[in-house]
Amino acid sequence: MIPEIGHFALILALCVALVQGILPIYGAAVGNAALMSLAKPAARLQFLLILTAFGCLAYAFADKDFSVLYVASTSNSQLPLHYRLAAIWGAHEGSLLLWTFILTLWMFAVTLFSAHLPEATRSRILGVMGLVSVGFLLFMLTVSNPFERLIPAAPDGRDLNPLLQDPGMVIHPPMLYMGYVGFSVAFAFAIAALLGGNLDAAWARWSRPWTTVAWCFLTVGIAMGSGWAYYELGWGGGWFWDPVENASFMPWLAGTALVHSLAVTDKRGGFKVWTVLLAIMAFSLSLLGTFLVRSGVLTSVHAFATDPKRGLFILAFLAIVIGGSLALYAWRAPKVGLGGSFAMLSREGMLLANNVLLVAAMGSVLLGTLYPLFLDALDLGKISVGPPYFDSVFVPLMVPALFLMGIGPLAQWKKANLPDLAKRLKWAFGVSVVSALTLPIVLGNWTPLLSLGLLLAVWIVTTAVVSLRERLTHVTGNSLMERLASVPRSYWGMLVAHCGIAVFIVGVTMVKGFESEKDVRMNVGETASIGDYTFRFDGTQDVMGPNYTAARGTFRVSYDGSETTVLYPEKRRYPVQNQIMTEAAIDPGLLRDLYVSLGEPLDDGAWSVRLYHKPFIDWIWGGCFIMALGGALAISDRRYRIAWHKQEPAVPAPTRAARRKVA
Amino acid sequence: MTSRQKRFGFIGLGLVVLGVATALILNAFQSNLVFFFTPTQVSSGEVPKGRSFRIGGMVEDRSLTREGDGLTVHFVVTDTAKRVPVTYKGILPDLFKEGKGVVAQGQLVADGTFVASEVLAKHDENYLPPEAAEAMAKAKAAGAQAQSSSTLVVQP
Repeated sequence: MIPEIGHFALILALCVALVQGILPIYGAAVGNAALMSLAKPAARLQFLLILTAFGCLAYAFADKDFSVLYVASTSNSQLPLHYRLAAIWGAHEGSLLLWTFILTLWMFAVTLFSAHLPEATRSRILGVMGLVSVGFLLFMLTVSNPFERLIPAAPDGRDLNPLLQDPGMVIHPPMLYMGYVGFSVAFAFAIAALLGGNLDAAWARWSRPWTTVAWCFLTVGIAMGSGWAYYELGWGGGWFWDPVENASFMPWLAGTALVHSLAVTDKRGGFKVWTVLLAIMAFSLSLLGTFLVRSGVLTSVHAFATDPKRGLFILAFLAIVIGGSLALYAWRAPKVGLGGSFAMLSREGMLLANNVLLVAAMGSVLLGTLYPLFLDALDLGKISVGPPYFDSVFVPLMVPALFLMGIGPLAQWKKANLPDLAKRLKWAFGVSVVSALTLPIVLGNWTPLLSLGLLLAVWIVTTAVVSLRERLTHVTGNSLMERLASVPRSYWGMLVAHCGIAVFIVGVTMVKGFESEKDVRMNVGETASIGDYTFRFDGTQDVMGPNYTAARGTFRVSYDGSETTVLYPEKRRYPVQNQIMTEAAIDPGLLRDLYVSLGEPLDDGAWSVRLYHKPFIDWIWGGCFIMALGGALAISDRRYRIAWHKQEPAVPAPTRAARRKVA
Repeated sequence: MTSRQKRFGFIGLGLVVLGVATALILNAFQSNLVFFFTPTQVSSGEVPKGRSFRIGGMVEDRSLTREGDGLTVHFVVTDTAKRVPVTYKGILPDLFKEGKGVVAQGQLVADGTFVASEVLAKHDENYLPPEAAEAMAKAKAAGAQAQSSSTLVVQP
């Protein structure tokens, strides 16, 4: 009964989404206030309906209702409750429901925080989101219904893939989807602006916080996924340039470009057309990513053939959304206008370069991800594009972008002066070069890449310091604290996010430069050393988990003769799917991680063992969280809070003041 | 600078970035694409010499042997038609099993052994990696063809 309620709620939600997607947009076009006013209640009703459906599916999982096909195929009676609930997004159908649920959640948020928007704009935004929702609901109801019954009911479920039975599974997909789907708001703002034909600085100011929130979620989501891969897969790495990872990284790159180009549209009224295109791009890549990962096309293009209806629906949906919005763009963009002019050497110019490089990097990732699929689909042979491709294309494209990141915030808008910039940045440059040359030698291993990485990291931090110092001389206040407090939060946010990148670069550089790993055979009582640490293997013992049995090894780690930690890696066996899983043991630290994973049992209680010493690896994820923190700081800025309450003037303040003077 | 010159400047800049990106991509593609071959293709000598590639198929039953160091393993990958001996030093993935599908990346050495630098087995109990499945399907199709043609030859 409960699953049927969920199913029915989905059908009702589709009807509501159709109303929400058609009438308000039409109303906005003909100026009918009654039709426009439908948008808000429809969005809220749709949210409640999808919430109901989501609740029903959650109940079916909690209740172990194996008469629901999806529940039976992704969970098991032995599976602990929190993983049964996380199993909601353990496969295709449930992920789509989660996606739609989060979409309606964002819609609901838009209805709450849009009092300051003109009625027509709000109607269009909610209408566009309603149309996206129509697509997803149709997809679910026609070819991937999570509430489909299994008659007769299975005696027990097939279980969630043991790889997914991890706390990471509970939190990573919702975070990632909050990011993916969050770009739908920026997309809806962009389409609304195209439909309405007015795209001014106020538009950018409204859509900026939404984009930044989505970007923060996506950043954290990707970092969590990478951290999860690091400790769960037992391979000691967090990023493999796997198509699934790339699928989440492409929207991030486009989103990062969008965040920066929105800054120009907001502050200077420039880059309008480009900003709109980026918003379309970011959301299209989010859609592409969702489908790439969830349709099974990445494991094999022939996954489409097993369910051609699904594949066709996906292709048609992507074609309609991307093609439709690009067509609208081509038709309406010329009306929007280009915005103010600027010199090549100016903050706009730097941000433009940042955008071009980010988009080029995104394109190279897209190509590397899709090219093997095309070849395979056309039967031209099977190839794989591995990490070396991405490393050798991505890094050279990012290096200039990272270098410009130091200069950009210091350059004036409209037109900057090169000698002046050079003067202001000379000591930052000096410090960076000196530390890039000396630090690796101090650390005991000089390589060009190590030097380059440290150069960029130090450069970003020192230029941030210069920028802050200059800023402090311009603000009023007597004590340093007062002046620090009067620097706007959005500015702090930018500095913090940029420093997050620096921390990230340090992490990547140090891991690449100084990590060491060892595969060894270890007898009981034997020791092995890696990176100044000595590991002693004290044998394994059998342990029982809730739904697995495991061999747990004991490793005593010592440094300089004194014991630092004891690590307990496990080799687990999940009987339901008869699957073996490696559970690595990690001793994390600010300056290094120690990582042990069990390989295979050999004779006489000996095991093959994999040991890693990973310097600074936690800085990689730390950097991502700092970036997201920067984003959060930026959103908390006063200028947005004011915007919630009253409508800001469409023209940027300085221009207005200037005009008044002229008048 | 006039706005016209400026526009050309921007377009030029965009083209330069595009060009550099294209050059990087082509260069990286040239040296980093990894092609996939079946054991049948390996034994008929279709594979590149001195270059890394992937093979896929089944790990032949009872073919896995381990050297004294506990790390170097030998096994045979087969598509049911042809067999390729493989050597690998390192820890095998959790899903590696005799009689199950596998994909390995590495190079062919002079004595016909495939020295793997990486062994992949990203799939569950009942599921073959697509490359491995395809290798077996191809071999089966080819085998069927060979059989029917051999019957034709034998009959007269």
